[in-house]
Amino acid sequence: MHEFFAQLVNGIALGGIYALIALGYTMVYGIIELINFAHGDVYTLGSFFSLTILGALGVSGEVRGPLLIVDVGVTIIGAAMLCGIVGILIERLAYRRLRFAGRLAPLITAIGVSFILENVMQVWRGPSPVAFPAVFPTHIYNVGGVGISLLQLAVVTLAIGTMLLLEFFVHHTRFGQAMRATAQDREAATLMGIDINRTIALTFFVGSALAGLAGFVSGAYYQSTWFFNGFGAGLKAFTAAVLGGIGNLAGAMLGGFLIGIIESFATWKLGGQWSNVTVFTILVLTLVFRPAGLLGEVTPEKV
Amino acid sequence: MSTSAAGSMLDVRDLVVRYGGVTALHGCSLHVDTGEIVALLGGNGAGKTTMLRSISGLVRPASGSVAFLGRSLSGTAPFNIARSGLVHAPEGRRIFTRMTIRENLDLGAYAVRSRQEADRRRQEVLSIFPRLQERLDQSAGTLSGGEQQMLAIGRALMAGPQLLLLDEPSLGLAPLFVQTIFKVIREINERGTAVLLVEQNARAALHIAARAYLLENGCIVREASAEAMLDDPSVVAAYLGA
Ligand SMILES: Nc1ncnc2c1ncn2[C@@H]1O[C@H](COP(=O)(O)OP(=O)(O)OP(=O)(O)O)[C@@H](O)[C@H]1O
Ligand SMILES: [Mg+2]
Repeated sequence: MHEFFAQLVNGIALGGIYALIALGYTMVYGIIELINFAHGDVYTLGSFFSLTILGALGVSGEVRGPLLIVDVGVTIIGAAMLCGIVGILIERLAYRRLRFAGRLAPLITAIGVSFILENVMQVWRGPSPVAFPAVFPTHIYNVGGVGISLLQLAVVTLAIGTMLLLEFFVHHTRFGQAMRATAQDREAATLMGIDINRTIALTFFVGSALAGLAGFVSGAYYQSTWFFNGFGAGLKAFTAAVLGGIGNLAGAMLGGFLIGIIESFATWKLGGQWSNVTVFTILVLTLVFRPAGLLGEVTPEKV
Repeated sequence: MSTSAAGSMLDVRDLVVRYGGVTALHGCSLHVDTGEIVALLGGNGAGKTTMLRSISGLVRPASGSVAFLGRSLSGTAPFNIARSGLVHAPEGRRIFTRMTIRENLDLGAYAVRSRQEADRRRQEVLSIFPRLQERLDQSAGTLSGGEQQMLAIGRALMAGPQLLLLDEPSLGLAPLFVQTIFKVIREINERGTAVLLVEQNARAALHIAARAYLLENGCIVREASAEAMLDDPSVVAAYLGA
């Protein structure tokens, strides 16, 4: 029973990371119906940006007290902003001109952008895993017999907090409203006076910034990162987005946590070599039996 | 009767629009003056929607010009055209069915920065369409076709248009709704908004319009006052079902 809860906590933390990445997939898909395969690499980039910023701050290990909040805060904001800018650049340079080119060309381009980012990161940080400082104190809190580290607590809090903020942003701000209108009917949105290009750019910024945040979180969680990290994590986050219902924010969060928990339990019960198989079996089953995903809504469209 | 285009609110000259190899408009000119309702009539595929879409910038013409309030719109992004007071309620209503009625209306006033002004306009629109009032926070997808059309027009009004382009607002509506829609268009016009109205329901359109154009196969074949059109046997035969 104790191990069960330990795995659950681990799965939730892992799921928080997937959820943050999945949000970006789902936002971009929601607005331009593109599966942005480069998104997982933006997440890796987030961990490298975090490393650079931590280096600049002189952080190489555990940080205690208020300084932890300052250092982590600066790193997160910096990495998120940088990734957001990369996201805007990717959209501007690679996808925008393909907006009317059907679906295949942007998809192939996305795979191309992914390769480019992976290669750039390989040149920048080398082909092997890079150590990430263990910034969070290792103290384990005992919550009802289950050990929870400050790090796990921080991961879950960050993930959930970010999602609540995002929900608010999307539903209660002008830009969020423009985003949803653009996702639903781009031309009608234009007729409302909405600048579609700016709205799509902002969507890439937000999605990529969340990936940057996830990059920091995963670096701190695993205390390591490497240029190819985003491939696997991206695929799992994509699975999470599909499981929850692609284009649906709440679905991405739910899918992320579910995939994290399932992966964690699969690793525990079946062994690590089975975790990927389990996750991708879920992807296939979702696509076959419930292509709209768990929260994929069927809306009444009147003609 | 032929009126002059100089100094008109909307001045469309020699517009040519092609879709690939197909020419949809062969050099059309029309104008709308301040405070007017102008009807644009024509059969299926004549090019009416294409005309409205070129005016609001959704379609780029091969040649010709569109000027609004004396300024050329060539090269102006469609979202900026919408912000300049030239508002297009497109064919098929195109409301945001996954959003609430309130959100749809608010999006109509997207360019309006002041909250109070948007609230004031919403109250005004709701006084024209009281049916929408009761259902403000319901999803727009739950509205009937006629109610959706009201929402589409109400949403366009939220932008505070000086000129409203309406593409077949009465299409597919029950007779009672059709009456309401035409009454509302007249009301909107009386409050000072000029209207360029595309309609299949030619008789009703001519009853509220000051002038009308007939569009056939991408060419404007006739321009006349609405009365003259209603009195013309050839127009009656072709568009008014005798
Ligand atoms: N996107 C497009 N691509 C190619 N051809 C088009 C396109 N849109 C319209 N057309 C063609 O241009 C011509 C004019 O179409 P348009 O929609 O402007 O006519 P309309 O008068 O609005 O017709 P309706 O009464 O059916 O709405 C038609 O022959 C139509 O097939
Ligand atoms: Mg039409």
